[in-house]
Amino acid sequence: MGIDIKIPIGLMFTIFGLLLTAYGFFTRLDDALYKPSLGININLWSGIGMLVLGILMLALAMISKKSKP
Amino acid sequence: MNSGFLLSWIDYLVMIIYFAFVLGIGWALKRYMKDASAFLEAGRSMPAWVAGLAFISTNLGALEVMGMTGSGMKYGMLTTHFYWIGAIPAMVFLAIFMMPFYYGSKARSVPEYLKLRYDEKTRGLNAILFAVMTILASGISMYALAILMEKVLGWNFHLSLILSAAIVLAYTYLGGLSSAIYNEVLQFFIIVVGLLPIVILSLKDVGGWHGLQQSLAPIVSHMPQHYAPDTWTTTWKYTGTAKANPLGVEWYGIFAGLGFVLSFGYWCTNFLIVQRAMSAKSTTAARNTPLIGAIPKMFIPFLIIVPGIVALVLANTPGKGFSLPLNEAGQPIYDYTIIMLLKQYLPAGVLGLGVTALLASFMSGMAGNVSAFNTVWTYDIYQSYIRPTTKDKVSDDNHYLFVGRMATIFGVVVSIAAAYLASMFGNIMDFLQTIFSMVNAPLFAVIFLGMFWKRATGHAAFTGLLAGFFIALMHHGLTFPEGADTLVKGGWIAHLHAYPVEMAQNFWTAIFACSTSAIVTVVLSLLTTQKKSDDELKGLVYVLTPKLNEESVPWYTRSTTLAIIVLALVSILTILFW
Repeated sequence: MGIDIKIPIGLMFTIFGLLLTAYGFFTRLDDALYKPSLGININLWSGIGMLVLGILMLALAMISKKSKP
Repeated sequence: MNSGFLLSWIDYLVMIIYFAFVLGIGWALKRYMKDASAFLEAGRSMPAWVAGLAFISTNLGALEVMGMTGSGMKYGMLTTHFYWIGAIPAMVFLAIFMMPFYYGSKARSVPEYLKLRYDEKTRGLNAILFAVMTILASGISMYALAILMEKVLGWNFHLSLILSAAIVLAYTYLGGLSSAIYNEVLQFFIIVVGLLPIVILSLKDVGGWHGLQQSLAPIVSHMPQHYAPDTWTTTWKYTGTAKANPLGVEWYGIFAGLGFVLSFGYWCTNFLIVQRAMSAKSTTAARNTPLIGAIPKMFIPFLIIVPGIVALVLANTPGKGFSLPLNEAGQPIYDYTIIMLLKQYLPAGVLGLGVTALLASFMSGMAGNVSAFNTVWTYDIYQSYIRPTTKDKVSDDNHYLFVGRMATIFGVVVSIAAAYLASMFGNIMDFLQTIFSMVNAPLFAVIFLGMFWKRATGHAAFTGLLAGFFIALMHHGLTFPEGADTLVKGGWIAHLHAYPVEMAQNFWTAIFACSTSAIVTVVLSLLTTQKKSDDELKGLVYVLTPKLNEESVPWYTRSTTLAIIVLALVSILTILFW
């Protein structure tokens, strides 16, 4: 009905991805912040992962729009 | 309280963005809500993958996420029985054997199917029980959410309750079932993405699966019950006797109780779940819905149970500084395991994502309840007993859309009241969960007989439901789990039999209820006359329905092929973690 849910999912994860990648990048030297996550910059990695998921969803939405005029 | 933690601006930002999308979806769907069918049945237009993910997401409420992580710590990999044997076979059965009748009968709800197949009184009984239980369940999950927000984030109990209710109300009022379903898909993704960092970090911390097995061995073998060292990392290996595993149930109890009666009772008859598949756009899509849902379902244990198992290692490693909060009786609160893991591993940023995932899971449970309630209320109670349809279709449509919307508001308001009730009586949650299981198990027997035996009659089905419920009540009153300190747990008539654990008692209550209901329905059907003609039962009973012809579609897109893949995958998982 009406909307393609892939678009909001894609948009949301793209925004989350950009946000956390940037946050992870700017806090990369903050050792105290990443002590709980075993020294891994989990924000950066999660951010990149979500960015990929978001873009993938948007790409899928574009493909299904093209195939169905 | 030591379980609390502070969120930073970035965590709140993540949360706010998420809620903006949730409300935005409701808003975008508003203009499609032209009649009752669009609002209450999503216009029967959902693609199979959307309905399938919503199907799983409705069930992945926060009580499930929190409860299963806690069970992971308490019972280890044995908890996967709730998924691999306790869900997947029933989902496949629903898809292949039952969906053609639910969808093909054009019934708009499970109670309506009962009306078409049996009679008015059977529908009435089921509709009223379902409406009441659904709203109470929604209230309980709201209460759990508000308590969590209060204890963990330090938010005001009343404010969290009203705010979360307002958000769920807003998007279900605007976009009805479609909005609930689309949001469930969004929630599914956020739950997976939000909890994934915990799985990765916790497993890395203990040296992967192999490291986890090694660290668990000394902890488990030193327990007073003398369990084998690998009890927490195996599933069926120690189910030969009830005493050898922490669930306290033998393999046949698991197989019959969990794998058959409880899971079929839940997955095949609960309208909350079935409604998602009924919203699909075609019979094939409706059949594929539970099958598509089954694939993520079988991997959810790795997302929520495995971190719970790691928590047991953490709690027994002094240097980790990990412990669960205690209740008044000094017992650890296992439901808080997931929260304590979030606190243990996640820095600001992904922490916001994890907390949002929990909030999302609460809302998906609640929205599911509300959207199932308003359908049953509007079609099975209001339209049947209060204001039947008239000749004017257009004004009827507008009227029932209005009633559906009002039922949504009413449902949320009563849920809030139920949440306050739950906050006053701590035992009410245990009590209601016991009642739910007593109602569901007999229902499966009656629906199953209705679909596969054309001789089953209305009088028999109605009596069968009541008899099953009565036996469940008696069994609960005569038996009790060892160490029970309250009558809510059973034994309020006499102490005839003691079960080692509460779970065993629940399994056997359901087994007795289901078999009684089946026997009574069969015997009474043979004694009464079938009032419905074969023609009336067409599309409702197996032998009177034309076979679904799958010959015309290529073999790799058939539901049966998908079902075989699902069963093969779950068998592989079972063998790998035997």
